[in-house]
Amino acid sequence: MSSLLAFLAAETAPKQVDPWIAFFSLITVVVTVGMGFWTAGKSKSAGDFFVAGRSVSVGWNASAISGEYLSAASFMGVAGMVMATGYDALWYPVCYACGYLFLLLFIAGPLRRFGAYTIPDFAEGRYDSPVFRKIAVCFVLFIGFFYTMPQMKGAGTTLAYIFPGLPYWAGVVVVGAVITLNVSLGGMKGITLVQAFQYWLKVFAITLPIFILAAVVGHYQQHLAGNKTAQEAAATVLPGIERKALPAKAPKDEAWIAPFGKLTTKAVDASIAAATTPEAKASLESVKKPYSLLYTYSLIIALVCGTAGLPHILVRFYTNPDGVAAKRTTMWVMILIGVFYVFPPVYGVIGRSLTPELYDAVGAKGTDKVVLELPTLLAGRDHALLGSILSGITCAGAFAAFMSTFSGLLVSMSSALAHDIYGRMLRPDSSPEQRLKAFKWSALIVGLVAVGLGSQVEALEINFMVGQAFAIAAASYFPLLFMSVWWRGMTMRGAATGMLVGGLSALASISLTSISDVAVAKAKKLADAAELAAYWADHPLAKAIADYWVAHPLARILCEQPAIWAVALSIGLMFIVSKATAASIPPDIRMKMLVLHAPEALGLKQEYIKEHEGLGGH
Amino acid sequence: MREPPPSPVDAHSDAFLTRLMRDQLKLSIACALCFAVALVALPLMNYFQPEFMAQRVFGFTLTWLILGVLFFPFVWIISFVFIQRSIALENAEAKAAQDGQSK
Repeated sequence: MSSLLAFLAAETAPKQVDPWIAFFSLITVVVTVGMGFWTAGKSKSAGDFFVAGRSVSVGWNASAISGEYLSAASFMGVAGMVMATGYDALWYPVCYACGYLFLLLFIAGPLRRFGAYTIPDFAEGRYDSPVFRKIAVCFVLFIGFFYTMPQMKGAGTTLAYIFPGLPYWAGVVVVGAVITLNVSLGGMKGITLVQAFQYWLKVFAITLPIFILAAVVGHYQQHLAGNKTAQEAAATVLPGIERKALPAKAPKDEAWIAPFGKLTTKAVDASIAAATTPEAKASLESVKKPYSLLYTYSLIIALVCGTAGLPHILVRFYTNPDGVAAKRTTMWVMILIGVFYVFPPVYGVIGRSLTPELYDAVGAKGTDKVVLELPTLLAGRDHALLGSILSGITCAGAFAAFMSTFSGLLVSMSSALAHDIYGRMLRPDSSPEQRLKAFKWSALIVGLVAVGLGSQVEALEINFMVGQAFAIAAASYFPLLFMSVWWRGMTMRGAATGMLVGGLSALASISLTSISDVAVAKAKKLADAAELAAYWADHPLAKAIADYWVAHPLARILCEQPAIWAVALSIGLMFIVSKATAASIPPDIRMKMLVLHAPEALGLKQEYIKEHEGLGGH
Repeated sequence: MREPPPSPVDAHSDAFLTRLMRDQLKLSIACALCFAVALVALPLMNYFQPEFMAQRVFGFTLTWLILGVLFFPFVWIISFVFIQRSIALENAEAKAAQDGQSK
């Protein structure tokens, strides 16, 4: 165990693999793959693969959705971000959990009643337009790939932690291969069971270690009390609560515990550092707090609306038997994930007191691994075995986290390729067997691309990347679903324009920030001035963008968190274009709206299908 | 939420659809407003009343306690109320429509 602690102090020293950590992680992988094989024999039809036969009970489905949703970002990223940036990072877990409320209030029930396989199915069914299906498919892939990148980073980080010396990309490749195999074997039905199991594993893995740890080293609020606020003269370090000295890189107590800290002021801080005159510095200081407020609201909109527009979550609502079950499932999901989300910040807070050395490291060895690191502290307190076992359990939880979310993403993206592109566009006359085969090949292709992308993002924070996937979903799918379900006057052109412009502009502005951030992170590693100059000369675009951010911090904030304008833009365009093309409202709009909103007891859904029998049905 | 009128209706009439959507949407918006007010108010309180929000409650700061702990049960309550009322609303509508069909 001590070897692991030493590993932190001297990263280059030869390291040993902790047998307990390796053991627990291996068990998780073996059980996951085993369950995949076991259910593979039971998944036969296309329905089983795409929507698990539409017969999953509320309890199973709620556990499975929660298991799929609690990703590497939730398990490791939230704790790491709370530790790194403090109070503002709390918005992530809160909005991840509470975003489901919008889904419940406006989308879950009607969407399930409409009875399509996937979101592109819904898009086509609601507007009778095959073109629109193609646009919707593209967004499944955009959002999906943005969301897989942080999962891959979680995989790389965790494996590099368990097997010190293993390069980051190796973890990405190993985990990508295992999951791709699993999904192509069992499809949706296979992963429903696996994910339900993984939810409970994750809750166990996040709660048990922190309860034991808190009993030994002190509780959540005791460690929080050690951080002094701006109003307090000195920190009240309670007796028995240890607090290690913070390194220079760590944010100060006052900024960390209070709202509008490092996370939201980063852009303005960079400009202040670059400002040359005292007047320029002073004027930037005066806008710092209002800009922070803007950042906070934009983040909240991205996370709350984004949750209601994540394709891999939405596809799960089709596995409910009916609309009422879909609503009940959503409520249980909120309770299950809410319980989970109380705990990751606890790791961040205690980590700040006890493992401040993580502030000095970057990439896979930085604050993102505080959840894995913290339990090993027990080793230094005469509980060596317990520390190893608990660290093994949190590693197993981390494995479950990125494995389950990646499986879910893989299913929804493979479905989009196999069901929507192959089955509906390329070969509409293909047999179910051919589509199943297409599903397996799609899984393989998506898995390969995800591994390729994942190996490029070591420099970016897990949680930050997930937030960006949410922002794209918030500006594309959320307005589409919300407006399609509740407004009779929507036309296909309105929906498509709003979704394309909103989603693509969010995607573009986010890509700009990510590209320049990755370049800046690489540049920071170059110590030599000549090398640095050569590096920037090779990357003139990234340099231009980075310089522009420094000169225009407001533009940087609006590009980093685009939801506040992109969601409004998307909904506004949908409204205006639909009004302009009101002649093309689908003629049977009243029937479609009835199907979306009337209780199933009336049996209107069957009538809808009958009317459309001649057209191929749904 | 108010009960829908008990008079029998034709499920295929425009009036039925309009009322169906209006009642459901009203309920959804009422619940969403409760949630939105809290989401908008907390950053505003942090902005304008930082001293008040920074006071210590059981070792937490007030704003940390609200956001990190109390927000979750608050949302569960909203969703529970919504589900109960929404299902009651659906049952009432289904009944009204079926009465209309059997006439």
